[in-house]
Amino acid sequence: MEPILWFGWFRADIIAEYGVMFWRGLQMTILVTVICIAQGTALGLAIGLARLAEARHSPARQICRYLLRWPSTVYVSFFRGTPLFVQILLIHFAVLPLFINPADGLLISGETARSLKQNYGAFISGILALTLNSGAYISEIFRAGIQSIDRGQIEASRSLGLSFARTMYHVVLPQAFRRMLPPLGNNAIALLKDSSLISAIGLAELAYTARTVAGAYSRYWEPYLSISLMYWTLTLGLAWAVKRLEARYGRGDTR
Amino acid sequence: MDEVIRVEGLTKNFGQLQVLRGIDCSVSSSEVVCVIGPSGSGKSTFLRCLNGLEEASGGRVLVHGVSVHDNSTDVDALRSEIGMVFQRFNLFPHMTVLDNITLAPTKVRGVPLEQAREQARALLIKVGLLDKIETYPNQLSGGQQQRVAIARALAMQPAIMLFDEPTSALDPEMVGEVLSVMQTLAEEGMTMMVVSHEMGFARRVANRVLFMDEGVLVEEGTPEEIFDRPREERTRRFLSNIL
Repeated sequence: MEPILWFGWFRADIIAEYGVMFWRGLQMTILVTVICIAQGTALGLAIGLARLAEARHSPARQICRYLLRWPSTVYVSFFRGTPLFVQILLIHFAVLPLFINPADGLLISGETARSLKQNYGAFISGILALTLNSGAYISEIFRAGIQSIDRGQIEASRSLGLSFARTMYHVVLPQAFRRMLPPLGNNAIALLKDSSLISAIGLAELAYTARTVAGAYSRYWEPYLSISLMYWTLTLGLAWAVKRLEARYGRGDTR
Repeated sequence: MDEVIRVEGLTKNFGQLQVLRGIDCSVSSSEVVCVIGPSGSGKSTFLRCLNGLEEASGGRVLVHGVSVHDNSTDVDALRSEIGMVFQRFNLFPHMTVLDNITLAPTKVRGVPLEQAREQARALLIKVGLLDKIETYPNQLSGGQQQRVAIARALAMQPAIMLFDEPTSALDPEMVGEVLSVMQTLAEEGMTMMVVSHEMGFARRVANRVLFMDEGVLVEEGTPEEIFDRPREERTRRFLSNIL
């Protein structure tokens, strides 16, 4: 292919040649981000509630402490206290083979395990690591959000006869969610950028594509500048979406 | 007379601090009972024990014969029978006035939404705020918020209404509108227990006045007995300080 030069030095033909690969990488990055935001939020809510679980009477009191609060606290501490990169490697090379292994997988073994690992190994590990990691961060956002709601709100709701669960669902979480949107948005943006780390275990997303292209041509500006612009566009889009949500859920707080 | 609430030897400790030191009393149907006393005398804690917002340390509270603090009691069902109005209103800021009022009837009682809305409109007419039906609480004045809070509690058609210093957080010019709603309620035969510093209201509306000091029910009687002929020295001192 004839080199196409932009501004005298930028080889646009390389990007054009790998256009399809960049497009697939972009799709993969978006897919991973969306899945991990959804799962991480669900997990974060569950862990956040577990960290707040309290009961007055035994045995519920002991269950809350030893089966909910302690494990969730350790979980959050571990995933926030170790590098995401290490978590990805640990899950991909150590944890996943334990469960999905042709020889003796605890979950899946035999031929299914072989093909699953070959085709989707990096995808599964990457999603798992990123979900577990963001779940830990998001649980702290939920916890802080829920704790920031005035006790009087809970008392008013409970004294109307609403159960704890209904109070959470109708009164506390909608108000907490509004306050949690900015930190949740930051977390989503961080997650989008961190998804690039999964390229280390061979998942063909944006960063992986750039590395491949760079390796093929020994050109670095073109691929890395291109994906930088793509990441930047995506994060700007996310930030805009969060702003829209904030406006939508801001009803009632004219203060 | 039909007894709504009976309190037997109620005590409450916060750590080392004894807030309630054995309270006995009862409230009959359609009775209006005002609880007065100096700040820190345990009035609010007492009221909050009645619907289980506070755990009792000892003694018991019976509502229609059901023990509030028993483990086996369905406290949610019990609370739906007891309306409570708070000093700080505690309206749900993310909901309109209408939704504030219909939430509990539809979710707890399973009242159809249209019916709950119809009832909410009737209640808002009663507290004089029908024009605010689609408003959010933060756009209302304190007095208006408190009237909505009263309507919200009434929507559950409670057997008794508890008022925890309902006018203490209000600007003086808004106290009257809330008290007049409460007086109307009393005249309609609602059973009420009111913790308040509004002595005028207690004298005018209450059937019975309880004077509390340092976690003890010092004296009780009709408003005339308490305000005009107090028997106890502590009651006299309190009244001479505030009147």
